Formats: sequence, C-alpha cells, structure tokens
Amino acid sequence: MARKVTTRHKVVATVAAWAVALIIFFPILYTIITSFKSETEAIAGFKLIPSFTTESYREVQGQYNYFKPFMNSVILSVGSTLLALLIAVPAAWAMAFSPTKRTKDVLMWMLSTKMMPAVAVLFPMYIIFRDLGLLDSRIGLTVMLTMINLPIVVWMLYTYFREIPGEILEAARMDGASLWNEIVYVLTPMAVPGIASTMLLNIILAWNEAFWTIRLTTTEAAPLTAFISSFSSPQGLFWAKLSAASTLAIAPILIMGWFSQKQLVRGLTFGAVK
Amino acid sequence: MGKITLKNVSKSFGATNIIPDIDLVIEDGEFVVFVGPSGCGKSTLLRLIAGLEDTSGGTIEIDGRDVTSEAPAKRKLAMVFQSYALYPHMTVAKNIAFPLKMAGEDQATIDRKVKAAAATLNLTNYLERRPGQLSGGQRQRVAIGRAIVRQPSAFLFDEPLSNLDAALRGTMRLEITELHQQLKTTMIYVTHDQVEAMTMADKIVVLNAGNIEQVGSPMELYKAPKNLFVAGFIGSPKMNLVTGTAAAKHNATTIGIRPEHLRVSTTAGEWKATVGVAEHLGSDTFLHVNSEVGPLTVRADGEISVTHGDEIWLTPDAAKLHRFDTDGKAIR
Repeated sequence: MARKVTTRHKVVATVAAWAVALIIFFPILYTIITSFKSETEAIAGFKLIPSFTTESYREVQGQYNYFKPFMNSVILSVGSTLLALLIAVPAAWAMAFSPTKRTKDVLMWMLSTKMMPAVAVLFPMYIIFRDLGLLDSRIGLTVMLTMINLPIVVWMLYTYFREIPGEILEAARMDGASLWNEIVYVLTPMAVPGIASTMLLNIILAWNEAFWTIRLTTTEAAPLTAFISSFSSPQGLFWAKLSAASTLAIAPILIMGWFSQKQLVRGLTFGAVK
Repeated sequence: MGKITLKNVSKSFGATNIIPDIDLVIEDGEFVVFVGPSGCGKSTLLRLIAGLEDTSGGTIEIDGRDVTSEAPAKRKLAMVFQSYALYPHMTVAKNIAFPLKMAGEDQATIDRKVKAAAATLNLTNYLERRPGQLSGGQRQRVAIGRAIVRQPSAFLFDEPLSNLDAALRGTMRLEITELHQQLKTTMIYVTHDQVEAMTMADKIVVLNAGNIEQVGSPMELYKAPKNLFVAGFIGSPKMNLVTGTAAAKHNATTIGIRPEHLRVSTTAGEWKATVGVAEHLGSDTFLHVNSEVGPLTVRADGEISVTHGDEIWLTPDAAKLHRFDTDGKAIR
C-alpha cells in the first residue's frame, strides 16, 4: 500500500528542503551580496541588503585583468576534460564490455588514488613540475587536472556503459552491423547522454580545483581560483573586493550548472534506479 | 531455405561443460521448440546457432554450408530477444529499417519493406514512436518486424513471451504461429514453458543438462515419452509417477499415468484416495488427492461435485499407462 501523503507532510518536506538548500547556498549568496557593498559596509557587520554599489567590480576589473585567469580557467577545465574523456572512454568501454577477473580491482585501485590527501604528494609533484619546466604552464596543469579527475570520469562512464544492455549490441550484430556501424549507430547515440553529463561534471570539478592550480602557478597559467586567492592575502581586509572577485570566478560555472542541472542530476543518479 | 544441421556440437565455459555433444537436424520450414528447465542449455544452443557464442567443438551447417566460424550477420538468421533489444534512440520505423540499412538497401526499398512489415504486425500507427512509448506487446511486435524485413533463412526466438502478461502471451503465441504459417520459414523457439512448446511446435526438442532427452512432435512426446524426464516435463498438470508395489504389478520400477487417464468413482476402483484440494475450472476439475499409492493429480469432469475430505476411488486406464525401468527409460 502506498504511503498516504497529506498536505501537511508536503508543506513540511518542502520547507525542510528549502531550508537545507538555503543553508548550503547561503555562503555563496552572502558573497554575492557583499560584492555589492562598499568596503565600509562590508566590514561593518552582518547585513543582508547591500547598497548595490558596483565600486568593487570596477576596482577588481580596473586593477587586475579578469580576462586572463578566466581564459586560463576555460582552457584548463575544458582541455583537461577532453583529455580525460579521450583516455576514459576506451578504458571504461573495455571494462564495461569485456570485463576480466581483475576489472573491479582496477576500478577500485583507480578510485583509491582519490582517497590520498593531495598534500602528501605536493613535494614530489612540485619537483617533477619544476624539473620538467611545467611550473606555471597551461600544459602542465591540464595534465595534472586530467590525472586528478580521471578516476571519477572512468567510474562515471563505466557505470553508464554498463547500463547499455548487451542484448542490444547482439541484436545489432544479428542485424548485420559491423563493429564500426555498431559503434556509430547504436553505441554512441546511447552513450552520448552519459558522456555529456560526465563532461559537464568534470568541467565543474576542474574549474573549482584549487589545491594544485594555486600551488603550481604564479601568473601565466593562473586560473580564477588563483585569481581569488591573490586577493585574499595582500588585501585581506577588503572583503567587498574579495567578494567581487569570487563572484566573478564562480559566475560562469554557476550559470553553466544552472542550465545543465537536468543533465547533471541524471548523470549523478544514473544507475541508481532502473 | 533454412535447413540447420548440428553435428557433435559442444560448448564449455571454462571447466563447465554446458553442452556435451549434440546432433540435431532442423528441416526447412519447421517450427522447432527447444524446451527444458532453467539452465538446461537451450538458450546457449540457440546462441551457438546464431553465432553469438563460439562452439567448443562440432559443426553447424545452414543449408549445407558450414557456418561454424562465421559471424552472426553472415548466417542470414534473425533473432528476437527476450528483452526485445530494440534500439531505444530510434523510432519504430528506424528500428525495423535498421537491418535493411545495414544491408545497404536503397531508401525506397527500405520504406516499402518497413511499411509492409508494419502492416503485417499492426504497427502502422506507431511508426514514428520510440520503443519507450510502446506497450510490451507492441515492442515485441517491433522486434518481430525487425526480424521479418530481412527475409532470413530462419528465425530464432529466445523466450520472446516471458516478459508479457498471461493474456498477451496467449495472443502473441497465436500471432507467431500464424506468422509461421504465412512465411513458412524455419523458426527455432526457446522456452521453458511446455504449454508454448506443445501449442506452437512442429517438433519439440526436450533438453536437460545440455543433452537432448527426446525429439518429436508434441503428440509423440505426450503419448510416448522416452524417459521419466520427458514424461514429467511435458503435459500440464504433470503426469503422476507411481513407484513401489503398484508399479511392480505392471512389471516396472515406475509407472506414469496422466491426470486425464484416471477414472474417478465414489464407489469402487483400484486405488482409494482422499480429496485434498478440488480446483473447479468450469470445463475441468483438477483434484489433488492423497491416495494409497501417494499424492496424485486427477483431471475430472467440470461437473463433478467432490470437495475436501471426500473419499473417492481411482482407476488408471491400463492402455494409457506408461512404464519405466530402473534407469527411468520407458519400457515399450
């Protein structure tokens, strides 16, 4: 018997959901509010209604070049995502459709690298980057971000590919499709939504990655994460400006996330329910 | 043409021997049903014929041509899967057209053949829909449509009706039989449901643990099962099997008597029994009784008025009695 859902239940659940969402979103919201305050207002204390001044934005844009780190962020996140997909698609494909006894172990082993604290390999990575001349270079950082997110990309794609029933591929084979036709007409169209949502999630992860992007760059390859952190130390007390820089850094990804939320939710919950 | 010959075909998965050694001839135009319990190797045998699995030994010939190591597509067979295996991102029309497209047919021919197949299967109004927007029966018809457009030398069906509800299963059973009469193409049909086997087949192949127990027409299998396995598997309700002195009286280790071959009387007979459950189906009544020779199932007249606890007498029809030896083989 289905559980009875009363109006009161619905109201309580909705209020609770909104409350949780607001608590999670509040720091971002307050950053945006603060960015529209003057420095005096920002320091004065907690206040939800700003004076709507764009003074901080003008200063941030005037004093520092926003465009360069923004472009770096785009290049690094999109570049590392494409590189990761290039490696992960065949890898996940092989593991999903021709699994061996060790497939699960390989997957676990890949994921286990995500359990290691990044700081544990900071020195070796720094020295390798220094010796290879990759410090503060977009290429070095793209490779780094690819490696960081590769386990998640492989796992997500593996889960997607596993959901494609083997019988459909067999049906295509019976229908006379060659391996190439099978990939072009059957597999790829079925896998595109999975690849797309993996791509979106990976762009967001790469965009937000702050540990390595801050430590391995100075000016040339510095993305928006480094841009924000460059505001936090020398201008530590200028909260309005810091907020304006942060808002500028998160705005692109927030907008992208907003438009692609359907895809993302589907990507993250895929395989959970049939 | 679609004569399929299996010679000493075997299949092992690692150390597990699924099919030890099978010889079988399927004549052109025949409707052959592979039937057996779960895990008996019937689906594996079908997949071997389809080319979706490689044989471990033996040869498979289609119309005299050795196809043992040929790719599935080259065998000119069409298969209907249990899960329908439709392409979810294509419309019904595109699903049906897919094998034609793969064969490189021109668009005009494809359109004509798709229309014809859709008309045969009552799918004309659904051609622009996706599989997700169809009911189970319609999906099954699309899968059949995709199979018939290719004009294959034989159709392979892998438990195609097991995902449908009972009523629809009956309708689809009839449709597939009619399709066979219309096309007169060889059909191999795998099922664990002996009712499907009995009603559809020209020839039934009963499989058990990868071995063929018996091959024959439905009535041959029903009237003269070669062994206890076939006797117990074919027929619904199942044949009653009796051992002990009652069997010894007929010079057998086990005797088998079908539920409809037991005469019921309230006054006298060979075996005394107490009615456990009486299932009144209208046309028939199935009596599940506890008799002096063990539990038995009896198919009685629909009008019979006996209920739980009633004492009755049963007499087996001696002419319809099946006798089996210690190895379970039929004594003729």
